[in-house]
Amino acid sequence: MPRSVKDLRLGESGTICCLQDAEMALKLLEMGCIPGTQVRLNSRAPLGCPITLVVGDDDYTLSLRVSEAATILLKD
Amino acid sequence: MARATLISDSSGAAASAMTLEALRDVPPRSHRELTRIALIGNPNSGKSSLFNQLTGLNQKVGNFPGVTVDRKTGISQLTAQHRAEIVDLPGTYSLYPKSLDEKVITDLLYDQASDQYPDFVVVTVDASNLRRNLLLFTQLADLGLPAVLALNMMDVAEQHGVQIDIMALQQELGVPIIPMNARKGVGIAALKIVMSRQLGAPTRAFYEPGDDLLPMIRQIRYYFNLHNDYLALHYAHQFRQISFLTADDKAYIAELVEKYDFKPTARQAQETIDRYARINDILLNTVTVVRTEKNEPYSNKLDKVLTHKVWGYLIFFGILFLMFQAVFAWASYPMELIDEGVTWINQLIQTNFDGPLVNLLTEGVLAGLGGVLIFIPQIALLFAFIAVLEETGYMARVTFMMDRIMRKFGLNGKSIVPLISGVACAVPAIMSARTIENWKDRIITIFVTPLMSCSARIPVYTVLIALVVPPQKVLGIFNLQGIALMGLYLLGFFAAIFSAWALKMILRTQNKSYFIMEFPVYRWPRWKNVGLTIVEKVKAFVFQAGKVIVAISVILWVLASYGPGNALEQAEARVRTTAAQQRLTPEETDIRIASEKLENSYAGLFGRTLEPAIRPLGFDWKIGIALITSFAAREVFVGTISTIYSVGQDADMRTVQQKLAAEKDENGQPFFTPARAFSLLVFYVFAMQCMSTLAVVYRETKGWKWPLLQLFYMTGLAYVSSLLVYQLFS
Repeated sequence: MPRSVKDLRLGESGTICCLQDAEMALKLLEMGCIPGTQVRLNSRAPLGCPITLVVGDDDYTLSLRVSEAATILLKD
Repeated sequence: MARATLISDSSGAAASAMTLEALRDVPPRSHRELTRIALIGNPNSGKSSLFNQLTGLNQKVGNFPGVTVDRKTGISQLTAQHRAEIVDLPGTYSLYPKSLDEKVITDLLYDQASDQYPDFVVVTVDASNLRRNLLLFTQLADLGLPAVLALNMMDVAEQHGVQIDIMALQQELGVPIIPMNARKGVGIAALKIVMSRQLGAPTRAFYEPGDDLLPMIRQIRYYFNLHNDYLALHYAHQFRQISFLTADDKAYIAELVEKYDFKPTARQAQETIDRYARINDILLNTVTVVRTEKNEPYSNKLDKVLTHKVWGYLIFFGILFLMFQAVFAWASYPMELIDEGVTWINQLIQTNFDGPLVNLLTEGVLAGLGGVLIFIPQIALLFAFIAVLEETGYMARVTFMMDRIMRKFGLNGKSIVPLISGVACAVPAIMSARTIENWKDRIITIFVTPLMSCSARIPVYTVLIALVVPPQKVLGIFNLQGIALMGLYLLGFFAAIFSAWALKMILRTQNKSYFIMEFPVYRWPRWKNVGLTIVEKVKAFVFQAGKVIVAISVILWVLASYGPGNALEQAEARVRTTAAQQRLTPEETDIRIASEKLENSYAGLFGRTLEPAIRPLGFDWKIGIALITSFAAREVFVGTISTIYSVGQDADMRTVQQKLAAEKDENGQPFFTPARAFSLLVFYVFAMQCMSTLAVVYRETKGWKWPLLQLFYMTGLAYVSSLLVYQLFS
């Protein structure tokens, strides 16, 4: 079972391997979640969902739901 | 030559690239006198700051043809001789629209034959986040649109250690680049000079669609006589959503797409990946990042508090509470001034002139006008709060904190923006629901937003609360009236939330809902933007709502002053006979006559017809008249009662509140008891009394089903709730 962004611990980074949901991938790609890009889990909302990710090294933050984060798989 | 030096200071490159081209003042299209320039860019790239810097107060808000997306345009004086029309397009991340808002952009940029087609575009780009921002730019360039790149937020980029070789980047991108800081106005002069020249199409392509697609692309291109391949590719991707294509056109493309087995999703994903690869190459040669020590960004530190599981929510409710206190307490001073001013003018006219036309002016027009002007302070304050919350980036945090909760009720974190904006006005709020991509979430948000208490209800709330709630302090600081006001807002909010939950159960689920959005860093609000928002909203209220209110006030005055046949004369005669028998003073007789006349006027007739239906709620025929006129727009309520109750009352009893307090029931007791006032308040919290809202819901949902459901649901809810309140409290 490959890890996904959902499984990151707070502050932990990972490299995107692939995007599972084709429709959602279009939006994620536009927002900079390209395979090979590093993402870091930045924070969680008070109720655990959504979460924020820092994408690449651009100091740019993206927020998304845990269910959406689960479609972003990470490289080992 | 101060200007020339300015260009070379901030962007020598742009100036030198452009100097060879002569200044031409001839517009490219002979039938148009102004150059039309579209402003486009990612959300949070400083686009609205730039728009405000370019146009200042020369802005107007209209609609894009066929849709209700606000179309903000403004005139900018580029040089002494050259003026241009600037169109502000909604913020977007790419030319593949994900929401209705973004569709406006493609509709505009796909139709080259349109009169609205821009002569060129100014692309705003956040220099501190170039990679993602350049995606949209490369797509625009590939469409062949002449473009200028406004490289904004240079100061932020510098702080992040991002160094950009402007000359090299300009070479790579093939368009003039102006480095700037739109918030402070740096670079505006240089940008204006470049904008005043005639620009050629970009010289570089950033993406090749692939040879296997060429047969399909070329057929579309020649069929529609398009000027480039990439545009034809976009037709293949999005023909179903392009509003100006005919059914035959769409069928033609559908056939081709089928024939060549074109897979839009996979192609679009690949295009984005290819573009990012290309952008990475470009950035490698033009941008160096010198990381200073990895300090935790101040935004993160702030977020630790502002999105904390306890503090986060407490602060949010604190801000909301402050907002309502401000609207109630701070606004009351300017409101009193306006009220007294109108009263003073009215008395001045009444003491010096007389006659039916003077009565029409004072009791009809001025009474109605006073009812409009008095809300300006409250509307200005409310929009100021909302604008600041949006500007600072705090609204995104609220969305973030509320998503999980809102989802339980069938809403979406993004619904919080329409719901909070609904506190100002449901019309723009419903339009802002367009950023919600999911159909079901969006419909539910639209359906419940009008239950949020909008600013048009404030006058009703204000007048009635002041009448029955004493202005005491509770716990030393809280104003009891302010608390009552907040209670009404909460009532509307909970009604919205529970209605949403009920709808969630009824509606069948369609496609998935998304919550992928940029999390902007905190910024200081740009006061100029806040100020312009306030001016824009107040203007819209005074001129749009105001027209309706004054017109209805005049109609009402006529209806209240005339009756069928000689009913009024008969009424007067009757009163005079009884008055003579009871030996009343002339003043008492006059009041009796006026009241008897009103009851027999056309307005009285309408009110009386309605009375049996609203009597169980504690309302009489006078309120009935106000309810009828309120169905056009709620804010008419105060104007109406002020007109109805001013017919025949003492000249020194002028403010609405005094008029209401003086109203007596048949036993001589004050008519507005707490039970009556609260019943009326609850009615106004729930009832759908706004033509503009119904019209906008019709346009947004493309049919009468939802607006009609809303009308019956909300009015039914209002009736039942008012009935309960009145029966329980009286």
